[in-house]
Amino acid sequence: MQPFTTLTAVAAPLDLPNVDTDRIIPARFLAKPRGAPGYARFLFHDVRFEADGAEQPEFVLNRAAYRGAKILVTAENFGCGSSREMAVWALEAWGIRAVIAPSLGDIFHQNCFKNGLLPVILPADAAAGLRSQLHARPGATLTVDLEAQTLTAPDGARHRFEVDPFRKQMLLTGQDEVALTLGHEGAIAAFERRLASGAPWLVPQAGG
Amino acid sequence: MFEKIWARHVVTEGPGGHVLLYVGRHLLHEGATGALGRLAAEGRRVRRPDLTFATADHFLPTAPGAVATDPEIVGMVDGLARHTGAQGIVYFGVGDPRRGIVHVIGPEQGLTLPGTTLVCGDSHTATHGAFGALAFGIGSTEVEHVLATQTLWQTKPRALRVTVEGRLGLGVTAKDVILALIARIGAAGGVGHAIEYAGSTIRVMSMDERMTVCNMSIEAGARTGMVAPDETTFAWLEGRPFAPRGEAWARALADWTTVPSDPGARFDREVALAAGDVAPTVTWGTSPQDALPITGRVPDPAAAGDPARRASMARALAYMGLRPGTPLGEIAVDRVFIGSCTNSRLEDLRAAARVVRGRRAVVPAWVVPGSGLVKRAAEAEGLDRVFVEAGFEWREAGCSMCVGMNGETAREGERVASTSNRNFEGRQGKGARTHLVSPAMAAAAAVAGRFVDVRTLGG
Ligand code: SF4
Repeated sequence: MQPFTTLTAVAAPLDLPNVDTDRIIPARFLAKPRGAPGYARFLFHDVRFEADGAEQPEFVLNRAAYRGAKILVTAENFGCGSSREMAVWALEAWGIRAVIAPSLGDIFHQNCFKNGLLPVILPADAAAGLRSQLHARPGATLTVDLEAQTLTAPDGARHRFEVDPFRKQMLLTGQDEVALTLGHEGAIAAFERRLASGAPWLVPQAGG
Repeated sequence: MFEKIWARHVVTEGPGGHVLLYVGRHLLHEGATGALGRLAAEGRRVRRPDLTFATADHFLPTAPGAVATDPEIVGMVDGLARHTGAQGIVYFGVGDPRRGIVHVIGPEQGLTLPGTTLVCGDSHTATHGAFGALAFGIGSTEVEHVLATQTLWQTKPRALRVTVEGRLGLGVTAKDVILALIARIGAAGGVGHAIEYAGSTIRVMSMDERMTVCNMSIEAGARTGMVAPDETTFAWLEGRPFAPRGEAWARALADWTTVPSDPGARFDREVALAAGDVAPTVTWGTSPQDALPITGRVPDPAAAGDPARRASMARALAYMGLRPGTPLGEIAVDRVFIGSCTNSRLEDLRAAARVVRGRRAVVPAWVVPGSGLVKRAAEAEGLDRVFVEAGFEWREAGCSMCVGMNGETAREGERVASTSNRNFEGRQGKGARTHLVSPAMAAAAAVAGRFVDVRTLGG
């Protein structure tokens, strides 16, 4: 996994609440392998493109000032709905490295961490304030510093954010989580022994 | 209950409130082929193939006799068969009558058990919480992690109790209860929480009904939803193929009776709902929270105080092609879909068939059973004939038009009365307009050609 430390980049505002993962990547692209050519095009596909494939000029990521955005600032409950990790893969393929929101869909939130994308939760008024600055100054940049847990707005204001210390460490180092967990092999094996004696019925004996 | 199940599955504690949680059951569908492939590429084995079960549901076609031909879909499904075979995982695959929607067959096969943890790479995994299991959906990287370690790093969600008291009126179903709840607390109302459903209304519900309620917990943003196991649960589970038997059953039962919350258990939050206030419900917008009684009218964005809410309502109505003030009972539908992990079980099909019997569908209408065994059981009762005689299509088990991953989608602009769980933009196909309803309401819409209060249809 790609580590995340600090990032200064153009940020794009997305004002709609409850943007679900079906909208981030429609179902018909889910059978495509990760990193398939053109994967970035699947991102927000049905709102980004007209039926004939032409770009929808109003959509924020299609506007010249936001084309280089690596940060999205969204409204409440972004990434709700389906557990499809492809939503994060599509964001990543397009170049997004951080999503800032008042709240995020639970599984999407976890999926971000697993792919080197930083999810930042800010109070709703702070997120709304950021979005209006980004609307007023298209192409403005934000700086996210994960180590310091701060975010610097275009107007210079600094917001502190909370991040789970465990996830923070994983992101900073880009560590492989499976390898980390297998380091607890002794504890897992001990748990399984307790389970086998305490709740033997848990393992299906016969099938069908 | 949630606390108890959580506590007994903690393997070890990590930093920042993270615990390594043991996974009692891991269910896979063809979306897991990628994770299995990555695991194999790293030379890792599945740690507990005996606790892992697989099926194919999302991508397979459901037209009678159809086989998948799209090379990407064939690759995924064949890959699942190959990897599960190599890893020694039981797979309910193509041609197996036990194949079906993962959340229908887990309980049906007796894989879902009270007091255990269960995960699946699918957001509707909370369905299994109906049995008093701690069940939640995970992403693809997490699937790989569970395959390799049988564990997950998790932080504990807060506990929210939803108490529903009283008797549901005639024609009012579990689906209406959960839609009414989501309308009340909002699509983000449960974020960060595990919901426990309690109260007299839930107690008298069948397992099929409890599954419908728990299924849509994610649409309220919750990580999971659950119902305390009781006699209804145990009676339903006894004798299921993979459920414990004989002495193991007795031991399991003794354990399961300790699972429910103790009287006086504390919850971080409480919500109460009166069953008598719930009516047959229809969604009008593009979020499951946009739900109203069938007797209502399409709301007016102008009446919304918050400008952001006003804008998102206006956008939803534009997408849905609806005008404020239109009575919901005057909205014509183009198509009906009865199916999905929310409402494709035998009782759902019976409820729809009761409405359909002796009538005729005036729009294209599909019935897609949740599993091969549900389909068989329905056919044994003659439900298939009721549907077919009324002009419905009786199809093979699968997810089908709930998500349209297999290409079974509604056309642009088509208005669908659907028993599924998501009315998001484009969920049932690009530009398709989804209204979520119960099976009885969907059947009523099929025969009336518009939404209609199923209570006014009569026997
Ligand atoms: S029926 Fe629909 S919601 Fe349920 S698992 Fe399948 S696609 Fe997901």
